[in-house]
Amino acid sequence: MNAAGHLPAWAALLTALFVLLGAAVTLIGAVGLLRLRNFYARVHPPTLGTTLGVGSIMAGSILYFSVLQTRPAVHEILVAVFITLTTPVTLMLLVRAALYRDRIEGNKEVPGSEVAEGLMSFEEAIQETPPLEPGPGDQPSR
Amino acid sequence: MSALTFLEWAIVAAQVILGLAMCCATYRLVAGPRAQDRILGLDSLYSIAMLMLVTFGIRTGSTLYFEAALIIGLLGFVSTVALAKFLMRGEVIE
Repeated sequence: MNAAGHLPAWAALLTALFVLLGAAVTLIGAVGLLRLRNFYARVHPPTLGTTLGVGSIMAGSILYFSVLQTRPAVHEILVAVFITLTTPVTLMLLVRAALYRDRIEGNKEVPGSEVAEGLMSFEEAIQETPPLEPGPGDQPSR
Repeated sequence: MSALTFLEWAIVAAQVILGLAMCCATYRLVAGPRAQDRILGLDSLYSIAMLMLVTFGIRTGSTLYFEAALIIGLLGFVSTVALAKFLMRGEVIE
């Protein structure tokens, strides 16, 4: 941290806030990846880290280097835009592959497998879908 | 406590938090239960490692880490696409 000798206090505090926020959001996403039960549910939480986490940490980095070098340092936007654009593409490819594998195996828990085979209309499939079981963290409604 | 000391401790804390997130992703990578879960864990491990490199860059005040972060982001994208294609088709290059 000896490189940041003449950083003003407001920039240091704001950078610390941004970096901590981004790390916390990324950890929340990773815990969701750990705890959710279904693959199709587990696809969602890592995107928390790749959107808000990347955005927040890159904002902290942009602020830090811009104030330190007294000129706009915006090359971190490159990484943020790249990650934001590529994550949906990769996850859609991955989910398509997983759905293909599950349907080949005849897994009945896959959403919409009867619809894809033409055995059932979409409205019938929605009516026959069992309600979600409450998880360990869910409180019973009173 | 001056603001610079606070920034230093905040970055150390952020690195510890990101390390915990990497542990979660590594567990999903090792435990599975299926191949797509492992690929998902690897993908999130890549993005968290990229964030970790950016925090290292802020800590040392060097912009060298940024380029490493960019390359890791690129490699994560390419490897996840290749692995998803492998799951779909059974081969990567047809």
